[in-house]
Amino acid sequence: MKTIKLIFLAVFLTTISFGSLAASKTHLDHADTDIMDAASLQNGAKLFMNYCSGCHAISFMRYNRIGKDLGLSNKLITENLMFAGSKTGETITTAMPEGAASEWFGGVPPDLSLVSRSKGTDWIYTYLRSFYDDESRIFGVNNKVLVNASMPDALWSLRESQSEAEFDNSVRDITNFLDYVGEPAKLIRLQLGKWVLLFLSILFVLVYLLKKEYWKDVKYGIWRPRD
Amino acid sequence: MKNKQSWIDQRFPLSKVWNEHLAEYYTPRNFNFWYFFGGLAILMLGMQLLTGIFLTMHFKPDSANAFASVEYIMRDVEWGWLVRYLHSTGASAFFVVIYLHMYRALLYGSYKGPRELLWILGMILYIALMAEAFFGYVLPWGQMSFWGAQVIISLFGSVPVVGPDLLVWLLGDYAVGDAALNRFFSLHVIALPLVLVVLVFLHLVALHHVGSNNPDGIEIKQNKDKDGIPKDGIPFHPYFTIKDSMVVVGFLWILCAVIFYAPALNGYFLEHANFVEANPLKTPEHIAPLWYLTPFYSVLRAIPPLFGSQFPGVLAMGAALVIFFALPWLDRSPVKSIRYRSPYYKWALGIFVISFIMLGWLGVQPVTPVNALLARVFTTLYFAFFILMPWYTSIGKTKELPTRVTE
Repeated sequence: MKTIKLIFLAVFLTTISFGSLAASKTHLDHADTDIMDAASLQNGAKLFMNYCSGCHAISFMRYNRIGKDLGLSNKLITENLMFAGSKTGETITTAMPEGAASEWFGGVPPDLSLVSRSKGTDWIYTYLRSFYDDESRIFGVNNKVLVNASMPDALWSLRESQSEAEFDNSVRDITNFLDYVGEPAKLIRLQLGKWVLLFLSILFVLVYLLKKEYWKDVKYGIWRPRD
Repeated sequence: MKNKQSWIDQRFPLSKVWNEHLAEYYTPRNFNFWYFFGGLAILMLGMQLLTGIFLTMHFKPDSANAFASVEYIMRDVEWGWLVRYLHSTGASAFFVVIYLHMYRALLYGSYKGPRELLWILGMILYIALMAEAFFGYVLPWGQMSFWGAQVIISLFGSVPVVGPDLLVWLLGDYAVGDAALNRFFSLHVIALPLVLVVLVFLHLVALHHVGSNNPDGIEIKQNKDKDGIPKDGIPFHPYFTIKDSMVVVGFLWILCAVIFYAPALNGYFLEHANFVEANPLKTPEHIAPLWYLTPFYSVLRAIPPLFGSQFPGVLAMGAALVIFFALPWLDRSPVKSIRYRSPYYKWALGIFVISFIMLGWLGVQPVTPVNALLARVFTTLYFAFFILMPWYTSIGKTKELPTRVTE
């Protein structure tokens, strides 16, 4: 049995290492976002609404949900973040007409509600920082992560006004915000998780003690081993 | 109290059922870790039914609205995210439990006489559960839902002669679309759950009729005291009800750790591509079913097409499942438990488990020449476990069985 168990272990380890090798196609920088960092989420929301929402909708997200989760009042939301909608209960769409979008970019810019879940935060973080000059493209830029992306370098003005570290942080905040947008419940999920596990741990101890009490019958009592 | 009980007993065999199946159902005292999973499977079935009822209240089985309705559940329905994760992560947990439950049967020969029908009912349950999971995975109408359905359903199209007509009949259309989504929803929430519940009932009836096997693989009913109670048996209730309660809490701890901290388990429980709405015009670069179906998907891909038809692969995949049914008759060993079997069986089982895991892993990988070769090697080993079983279980020296269970 020992040899068999060793072989199992070896196979598992090879499987895992192969798996991680196969996953790394393009190198992605680690986004290192923290969804519990409210200031980062607020800054990310501000940057997203100013630099991205002109073209990209996040149509599964409502303005007032952002307000509630990020600690922003309805007044603050209406005055600073709402460019397209008129009521705070509405979902966040873009003001850009579809026909015009196809004419300008060759397609409607994708809805970003779930981009953090389909692409991952590392991808967003790396993608937004990987634009480079390329005269052969319509907008004069190309991207290392998404080759021949039809998106212009929307953050160029930010890049020029900030140091590299500051810019990385801005992109990190946008990424963090998109991570939140992908799953708003993540905030409560992570907060609640430890209490659920604590409750189950205590319950486990109690049920274990109860089991031990009952099983005294089996060890020494009426149901002890019989001849 | 006594009066009420006898009033009911005169009209319904409540005390009789309670005693026969719980208080006086004698269970081997030497159950170990591997015997946790039958009870846990019932827990998971209950949880899937309960969470499924609430999801059905908000889900829209309509190709135009299905994807958005799942996100509506995740965002706008009170606690909808938790119910949804319990259901989607629960599906994977259900399969973890079922695979360990089945492995237990292989370890201790639980499929051998007199438990052949118990095993067959279990195998039908397993196949019904895979169908249930497949239909369920189509419902969120993401890219993997759509393209996974496309791949699996097209297998029926490879059946000679009637294939194309069969395909249209199954889909209710010429392609996977609204009609398919609607009928898959019906099968997922009504037809298969009913089948599962009835089969679980029959599985338990069969189990309680023949009695549980145990890690020593000897029959405790052969050693009874003067009251007709097996000497190595203890009442299921309260001893195993309380022990299983403890197991349930421990299991829920692990399940909740995954649900609250990694509900998609890095794409293994909810695939990344399924967060993109189904698009019939855009094939994902890599289509893989969820992990619990991948061993069979690998077998399918391992068999090369014959005369331009995928049908041989489909047959092999079907055979990989159906061959499990023959297990009670392929096994010629005089002993049940691995504790007393010859080393040949231990090696065969080890190789089989490695093959199964490797096929599962290959099923989520893209096809490369090396992967294709590996898939063929492991498919061969997978079938060899069954085909050679009458031979390797009849040779080699088995250890002597104890007359009573060991602890």
